[in-house]
Order: sequence, then structure tokens, then C-alpha cells
Amino acid sequence: MKIHEYQAKEILRKFGVATPQGIACFSVEEAVAAAKKLGGSLWVVKAQIYAGGRGKGGGVKIAKTIDEVRQHAESILNMTLVTPQTGLGGQTVHRLLIEQGVDISKEFYIGLVVDRRSQRVCLMASSEGGMDIEQVAAKTPEKIYKVLIDPTTGLTDEEADDISCKIGITESCIAEARKLLKDLYRAFDDTDASLAEINPLTMTGNGHIIALDAKMNFDDSAVFRQPDIVALRDLDEEDPEEIEAAKHDLSYISLDGNIGCLVNGAGLAMATMDIIKLYGGNPANFLDVGGGATAEKVTEAFKLMLHNPKLQAILVNIFGGIMKCDVIAEGVVTAAKQVKLDVPLIVRLEGTNVKLGKKILADSGLPIISADNMADAAKKAVAAASASASGSKAD
Amino acid sequence: MSILINQNSRVMTQGITGRTGQFHTRMCRDYAYGKNCFVAGVNPKKPGENFEGIPIYGTVKEAKQETGATVSVIYVPPPFAAAAIDEAVEAELDLVICITEGIPVRDMLRTRYKMQGRKTCLIGPNCPGIITPDEIKIGIMPGYIHKKGRIGVVSRSGTLTYEAVAQLMEQELGQSTCIGIGGDPVNGLKHLDAMKLFNEDDETDAVLMVGEIGGSDEEDCAGWIKDNMKKPVVGFIAGVTAPSGKRMGHAGAIISGGKGTAQEKLAVMEECGIRVTRNPAEMGSLLKSVL
Repeated sequence: MKIHEYQAKEILRKFGVATPQGIACFSVEEAVAAAKKLGGSLWVVKAQIYAGGRGKGGGVKIAKTIDEVRQHAESILNMTLVTPQTGLGGQTVHRLLIEQGVDISKEFYIGLVVDRRSQRVCLMASSEGGMDIEQVAAKTPEKIYKVLIDPTTGLTDEEADDISCKIGITESCIAEARKLLKDLYRAFDDTDASLAEINPLTMTGNGHIIALDAKMNFDDSAVFRQPDIVALRDLDEEDPEEIEAAKHDLSYISLDGNIGCLVNGAGLAMATMDIIKLYGGNPANFLDVGGGATAEKVTEAFKLMLHNPKLQAILVNIFGGIMKCDVIAEGVVTAAKQVKLDVPLIVRLEGTNVKLGKKILADSGLPIISADNMADAAKKAVAAASASASGSKAD
Repeated sequence: MSILINQNSRVMTQGITGRTGQFHTRMCRDYAYGKNCFVAGVNPKKPGENFEGIPIYGTVKEAKQETGATVSVIYVPPPFAAAAIDEAVEAELDLVICITEGIPVRDMLRTRYKMQGRKTCLIGPNCPGIITPDEIKIGIMPGYIHKKGRIGVVSRSGTLTYEAVAQLMEQELGQSTCIGIGGDPVNGLKHLDAMKLFNEDDETDAVLMVGEIGGSDEEDCAGWIKDNMKKPVVGFIAGVTAPSGKRMGHAGAIISGGKGTAQEKLAVMEECGIRVTRNPAEMGSLLKSVL
């Protein structure tokens, strides 16, 4: 789960991390009022969207007067912000963060992630603040320092000081940096975060250490015990199909292609997408119906896929284990009738009661294309989608 | 011999009284030698009761003492599952298989930390379990699709493993042991650990390794295979078409920061001499071709 920068900063402040003074705004008037309230003579107007790279797309601007705050707020609010992380479609800006400007003397990178290989939380730090850390990692990996944190002690003073020295934090700021790093780790650990990134962390002209930006992601498996975090969720930022899918306990990801996939199990679902591509087609989605593929679930899954105007065919690939193929076949038939399916449906069943399942499909009177194995299913789906696409062009 | 489990394994079920625990304990007991193997259940609130004749104990320690069980399978719900693993580790069981999906990563980081230097081997969490066909199955996989044979299977997923097994069966290739190591980012047994065991197992002739996007387990395993493996290994990696930054069902199936792509994994595996296919329909035939 993701949240906005201003929300991440609110969380970090609760744990003692220093950030610039700022106010979240939903309108131009609020932005102007916020700037006046903050006072000073320099403000930053920042678009609040989940995706990074906002500055590159024109979503972060400096204002030296209240009039400039208004101008920037007008131009940014409701703009479609395209950044390297949003995709070409961009993301509409509904929220702004107005912050006091900070006198920056030096910038650093700080990040906390779960390192899978060591099975520890990893603190990463670099002197290359404000840069895309993935590029730093690719081009100058020697400029990234890491500490693997012991979960029983948390980040220690020695570890914090050592990494601060390595990235070039001035001697006089080491104590402040130590506090910030330790507070950041506590925030990460307490909130079940999966990522906490401060890029840049800044050393100000008068020698303070401040988190100028903040990004936090959270472990989806832990949201059940983090109600305060769940309350921060901004549905405007999420794919409506994925929200709908989650309501029905379906795991769904929208993709660019035209062949819908309905599969049980995440690995098999990915493999189904892969084989469609391999045979020259393009998957429209990832969809895992899970172990209990009931008629209701299959119906909801069909509805979801049919929302997609690009859809030209649906491929159902089920390996019935504990879940029996005849039950799934009944589900598919019921669902297909209920949603008035208007694209070719290819079904591949394997596993428990497969013969009975196939018979149910054949006897249903529905124009279901039956497939014998994964390769056969993919070939048939790709052929049906391209026939259906050229058919609709002729209309 | 098979690896990790056989008909002489004695197993307790943690979470035996829940719906999932009941259903799968029954299925496992009814498979091959299961009736001899599944000897105990654990539920702190129901000691002294039984599940269809299987006695229930209040703690893992007690269940071990009373029945001699040294293996545990866990169906405990996610908020309590890591503590269930901890209890099994404390009781010094040999093997713990955690089926539960959705355990918080923070819990697993602490559990894995506590497991350092302990004797217990963990499979999972978020996995289908492990089966030595025609002897014992511990987990949620359909037993009947398997048959005893000489191919080892290790995989991060459930149904894709069943698919792989079905393809082996089409080639008339039975399996020595099939392990689902699970789809979570922080887990126990890795591809590499399973591979080492298969390498030493004189009843395994070749190994089918099924991976997916996310992490670097497959690469780590491939590096070891290159220098140490005495048997042919073939592989498939799911998720060539998966977009970056999206969690593909499994918590661990995510390409983050451009790392953990299927292409990268396939390339490393090929460099290390592993025969790979990009076609998930050809896992079985590819394995047959290297025998």
C-alpha cells in the first residue's frame, strides 16, 4: 500500500523526524492561505501523487511571492502529471503540499527496504541525494552504503554514525543525523512499512538535517493491524478495476493487451500471460481467482475483464486440485450466461474431475472453445482475439 | 530415499481445528501412508480433545513428547502464524511446513532471525507444502496427480507446480519429492537448499526448478548449480510479461527497482548451464530431453 508524501511526513514527524513545515491543500485558495500561514519568503508547491519523478514532469515548483504560490497552485492542481513512473497516461493531481522553502547546503539519499537475501531491513545511504537511486546503483554502486539491521536491537548509534560519516555528513551534524536515522527506522518498523525513502535528505545552511522529501510503502499483509495507515489510502490513485477486484477477493492487475486471463494461482496466472505473449498475443490482465473459484467469483472476474473496451477474447486456465473441474465448469457456464459474454471464451481445464468439467462446458450450449493444454489454449486464444479484432474493425 | 519426508515421518498439525486445517489434515491422512504419519494436532484451547481420532495437545512440545512427531504443518491464521513457527522451532522440530498465506513481513523477519543457528528447517510460508509421492503428502496439493519416480521438483507456486507435475506425468516421469517453497519475500527453504538436498538424494535423477519474478533466489541457486550439481536441472521462470512495480498475486512476486525480472533470471540460469524454457507448456518435455 502506498501513501502521499505529505502523509508520510506526518507519520515521520510523529516519530521525531525533522521535515519542513508544510500544509496539505485541495484547492488554490487553500494553497494561498497555507503559504500565508507558513510565512517566510520562499515556498515550494508540490503535486501530491503516488508516483515519483514529479519534479521532472513540472509537479514541483518554487514560489518567491504569494502570487507565485497562487500561479503554481493553479497550474499544478488538476493537471495531468506525467512522470517517468506514471506511464504515458499520467496521473491527475488532486492534492498539493505547500511547504516552507529550505536553504539547502547538501543533499543525501536515505532508504529503508526489506533485503530478501539477508532477510533483514536494509538501510541504504548515499551522498548522491536527489538523484534516481536506481541509476546511482547502476552507474556508481560504490557510492551506496548499506547496513543490515538486527531486528532485536534496531539501528545502533555506531551504525548510524558510521554510515553518516561515509556519505559525507559533516561532523557537527552527526548527532542530528543519528537521531533522524534511528527515528526513521522506528517509524518503518512500527508501521509495518515495506519502503521508507528520503530523497533528498538535506543539510541546511545553518547545519540542520531535514527530510525534504518522504516516500513510504506498507506491507499489504500487515494492514489488518495498521488501521491508521489504511485510513490514509487515496482511491483516486489506484486502478478502479483493481479496487473492484479486491472487494471480491480477486487478485487483478490491468495490462495493455486484449486477451483476458482468468486463472487459479499466481504462478500459473503469470505463466498463462507469458504463453499468450509467446504465441503472439497480448494479455489484458493478470487475474488470480485463488483456490476457491466459486460461480460468484468467476462471474465477478468476467465482469471485471469485460469492463475493458480493448478485450477481444477470454482465456480461462484452471488446474483443479482440491477445487474440482466440474464445479469450476458450472461456475464458468453460470457466469458466461449472466454477463452476456460477447467475446470468444477459451477454456482449458485440467485436474480433478476434468472429464466431467469438459462435458458440462460442451453441454452448456455456449460457444465455448475448449482447449486440451496450455499451449493449445494460448494458440486458440490468440487466434480468436485476432479474428475478433479484425471482425470488429469490419463493423 | 526422497528428501525431507518419507513414510516414516511423524507429523503434527498446528491449527488442526480450523476449517482449512481439518480439511487438509483429512486429505493428507487419507493419502498413502498418511494414516500412520499424521499423529497429532495442536490447539492451546483444546488439549485432550481429538480430531477424528487424532489427539490434540496444548503445545507443540507436548505433542512431540507424547507422539514422537518431529514435523509440523501450520494452517494457523496470518496474525498468529509466525508465533506458531516460533513455537515449533523452540520445540526443536526437524521440519516445519507453513501453508498460511499473508503473514506480515515484519513477523517473518523476526521469526527468521530467531531461527538462526536452530536445527529446524522451515518450508514456506504461503506454500502448497511438500509431497513424496505414494508415501506421504504434507500440504494442500492434490495427491493423486503425483506418482513415485526419480524427478525432483522445486517451485515457488502452487498450481504452476501441479501443472509441472502433470506435464512430467504426461512424459511418464514420476517424482522423488516435490516442494513448494512458497511465494513470500521472506521465507525458509530456498531453491538452493532444495537443490543441495536433491543433489545428494540417490533416488533423484534430475530436477525441475520453477521460479518466478522477484528476489534473487533462482540466481543464487543457479550459481551453485554451475559449480556443484551432479544432475541435470531444467527451469522455467514465470512472469516474463509481468509489469514492473506490481505485486503479481504472491507477495514476493514483484519486480522492484528493475530487479528480479524473469529475463534476468533466465539469462543467469542459462549462463550457469541450466536448460530453460520460456514456454510453460514445455517444462515436462524439456526435462525428458535431458535424461
